[in-house]
Amino acid sequence: MDLVVLRGVSFSYDGFPVLTGIDLVIKEGDFLAIIGPNGSGKTTLVKIILGLLTPTAGRVELLGAPPADLAERSRIGYVPQKATHIDPFFPASVEEVVGMALLAGRPRVAPGRDSRARVLRALEAVGMAEYSRWPIGRLSGGQQQRAFIARSLVTSPRILFLDEPTTGVDAETQTAFYDMLDRLNRRDKLTIVLITHDIGIVNKHVTSVACLNERLAYHGSHAEFCRSDVFRAMVERGDHVISHEH
Amino acid sequence: MQTLLTYGFLQRGLAAGVLIAVACAVLGLFLILRKDAMIGHGLAHISFAGVALGLFLRVLPLAAALVVAVAAAVAVMRLKDRAGLHGDTAIGIFSSLGLAVGVLLASLARSFNVELMSYLFGDILAIEPVEVVLTLVLAAAVLATVRLNYAKLQYMTFDRESARAAGVPVGRLDTLLMVLTAVTIVLGMKIAGILLVAALIVVPSAAGLQVAASFRGAVGASIAVAVLAVVGGLAVSIALNIPASAAIVILCFLAFAAASVVKRGRGIRPGPR
Repeated sequence: MDLVVLRGVSFSYDGFPVLTGIDLVIKEGDFLAIIGPNGSGKTTLVKIILGLLTPTAGRVELLGAPPADLAERSRIGYVPQKATHIDPFFPASVEEVVGMALLAGRPRVAPGRDSRARVLRALEAVGMAEYSRWPIGRLSGGQQQRAFIARSLVTSPRILFLDEPTTGVDAETQTAFYDMLDRLNRRDKLTIVLITHDIGIVNKHVTSVACLNERLAYHGSHAEFCRSDVFRAMVERGDHVISHEH
Repeated sequence: MQTLLTYGFLQRGLAAGVLIAVACAVLGLFLILRKDAMIGHGLAHISFAGVALGLFLRVLPLAAALVVAVAAAVAVMRLKDRAGLHGDTAIGIFSSLGLAVGVLLASLARSFNVELMSYLFGDILAIEPVEVVLTLVLAAAVLATVRLNYAKLQYMTFDRESARAAGVPVGRLDTLLMVLTAVTIVLGMKIAGILLVAALIVVPSAAGLQVAASFRGAVGASIAVAVLAVVGGLAVSIALNIPASAAIVILCFLAFAAASVVKRGRGIRPGPR
């Protein structure tokens, strides 16, 4: 099933084109990496898919509906870029932060017993259950990122969007983080769309790749991507490449 | 003290003061965390024009101030969105205009300077029964509205972009928060005065934030500080025959200082509190 469909999508900021004529389909179960240089429109593309920006041309469907008309926003998980650049003094426990997504659509002050159980399950899924009562500002960057993933998982989404989730996170934490995403994709069949600069991550974890630079330069399976001219050009340019065998 | 509490003017002052204190503490928490703490000051200055207009037109000053402050709150949000101004710039423009209009009306009328002073510096014990009813109804409405939107306000205050992606109508809630703050500021004028009412928005919440590790804890601590300051300020004011507004604000500050000491005593350590 197609979860995201983009047809001829273009976007410009003050007349300056950022995206031009993007055609892209994201299928259920995909683990898609959106890659490209700085300013290539990766974040803009995800914001258009989510309905946070309106395209200047083209058509977008998210779970079968235009993003603005999507009733069940809870089926979408999103962790924005720089999510961990939060106010370190914000008075919220990890449990409260995860529960925010669950309560966003309800006129409630605090989660009930069911909601609390869901929050704890989401924290368990990312290995953070033991930190549920910690203030969010006291966690490390990697732990905060896990808490934000838990927040995006707590509503049982069908698709998860992650915008450069491991920026500023150490290598060991990154490995554990992407292993966790692998589990969510393979075991729980969660569709994942990941914006990243790191082709090493692409090579190791994802099933398909979309290479963006205002236009869609490539979209297809990871195996074909490794044989493509786009990949060769990236290697020649010296982009961050780590070779992994499958 | 028990005999004093049988006086109607004191009962009215206490009832209105406690409810306004709770509303100020809850709204203040959101405003501080959004880095919009000075909005209270701006809206207080704007409501000065409303009070002067009410006195000038011989209508209930509180009602005139409500209309002016709510209209200005909506106008600030529009100006911010359409002119691409930062929130503090838009509020700065309107608060200056509010003061200017208030001063102009006061100088034109000349006859209501004494009454205007009671709004500038507050007079919790001089609240009229009609003002108490208005305060109780509107403050209850403010608190009910916040409770209904509490989770959404909390989410967008913590992470605006994720909240938008989750379908939280952040633009509408920005305006709602401004309007609720405008109403609360106007209602608080008689308690703390136009010049000091913003302290009720900022200081108790700032004190609550010093000691709380969770959002619910911060709400509870802020409300406790605000209510204690109003009740204590009123008692001190009667006992020492000093202005209640000054006593309330000084007690708020003392609570903030105490909370800061408690925070420093705890130190920064990892783990739940």
